[in-house]
Amino acid sequence: MLDRLVDTFFNWQVMSEYLPKIVEGFVITIQLALAVVVSGIACGLVLAMVRSFRMRPVNFLIIGVVDVLRALPPLVIIIMFYFALPTVGIKMSAFVATWLALSLVLAAFSEEIFWAGILAVPKGQWEAARSTGLTFLQTLRFVVMPQAVRITIPPLTNRTIAITKGTALGAVVAVGEILYQAQTAYSFSYNPSPLTMGAIAYLILFIPVVYFGRWVETRFAWKR
Amino acid sequence: MSDSAPILDVRALYKSFGHLEVLKGIDLQVKPRELVFVIGPSGSGKSTLLRCCNRLEEPNSGSIRIEDIDILAPGVDINAVRRRIGMVFQSFNLYPHLNALGNVTLALRKVEGKTREEAESLGIQALTRVGLAEKAKSFPNELSGGQQQRVAIARALALEPVIVLFDEPTSALDPELVGSVLSVMRELRESGMTMVVVSHEMRFAQSAADRVIFMDDGRILEQGPPEQLFNAPDHPRIQEFLRTIQAH
Repeated sequence: MLDRLVDTFFNWQVMSEYLPKIVEGFVITIQLALAVVVSGIACGLVLAMVRSFRMRPVNFLIIGVVDVLRALPPLVIIIMFYFALPTVGIKMSAFVATWLALSLVLAAFSEEIFWAGILAVPKGQWEAARSTGLTFLQTLRFVVMPQAVRITIPPLTNRTIAITKGTALGAVVAVGEILYQAQTAYSFSYNPSPLTMGAIAYLILFIPVVYFGRWVETRFAWKR
Repeated sequence: MSDSAPILDVRALYKSFGHLEVLKGIDLQVKPRELVFVIGPSGSGKSTLLRCCNRLEEPNSGSIRIEDIDILAPGVDINAVRRRIGMVFQSFNLYPHLNALGNVTLALRKVEGKTREEAESLGIQALTRVGLAEKAKSFPNELSGGQQQRVAIARALALEPVIVLFDEPTSALDPELVGSVLSVMRELRESGMTMVVVSHEMRFAQSAADRVIFMDDGRILEQGPPEQLFNAPDHPRIQEFLRTIQAH
């Protein structure tokens, strides 16, 4: 019984054979995840700052796009980008499609989080800064955003972890990340051990991130 | 008081919030080195008047001149004007993510374009004036309310304003902390700073103000030297107000 379990899920021979593939997938997952985090959060931050100018038509546009992106399942967006857009002549690699889709979703969620953070900064902070001659943009940059970002770090970290795990969705369009490598290895070897390795690879990657998130939550808990 | 040109010259100032008319034609001239004290019941428009003077609120009509610059003129560089006008708020509004020195030097660096070294040396001077040089590295949440307000005063002073507006600077303070802020304001007054103070600290007004202005319902009802306004006001409304203030 135990032998069979080990043979099925922890088959050493299969595991050693496909380890290089899983490592390859590990590297691609990290690249994809980092790219998504950087572009998604940067884009969300810019959108939230643009929104703070309170130009009506622009804000309606931002809110509309953000709501659509938050409502759609990320997998739907990935598949649209990869399979639907080429029919109108927009072609992109599976990696780019996944990166773009997840970045947009993260941008949408982080925009909402940053915006809530900006709103949470008391009006008196704006007034004090403007009364010393700081411009709107300087006030936003040096007074409001540092406080807004600090408030947003815990929810943002959680949301970022959730969306970054979505890199596994890239397997559907054959991005060579961890899940794709594990699944492919599984279908070649008729043995689920590569899937075990894949799961372990995800744990190795995300357990530290989850711990980091918890640390950040306590570290940045807002002192009142 | 000399007959020199006023630093602050407000004429026929009107301000409404929606249908609510808050200022109904205010005329106010403040001369150099003068301390003008503004009193009146809450909702009388005192704070709004102050906030119009650096355009935190936009007046509906009237004119405001600071050192003969029309600050309501289209195309006026309001950020340049605001540098010349210090403002101190009821709730201090210190930046919580910066220490005391950071609070005082932010505008020096970003608005005046001074280097960190220049700004910090000016910042320490300003903090020294309010007696808090040793707290330069403390963050607002490590300071008492009175200390926070003194840092806020230093933040306004660091820009070397020609006038400082105080919007109920001691109203949010515990009674035992009020004195430290008032003594800073008194020293400021003795150094010749032009000041407009909205406050309920009548004793301070009596000893430090050159002129007291009583506002009610968006108008200036009466003004004069403190002894006259406090001891022999013309208006029954003021007598009544002073009684309610002194009652507690």
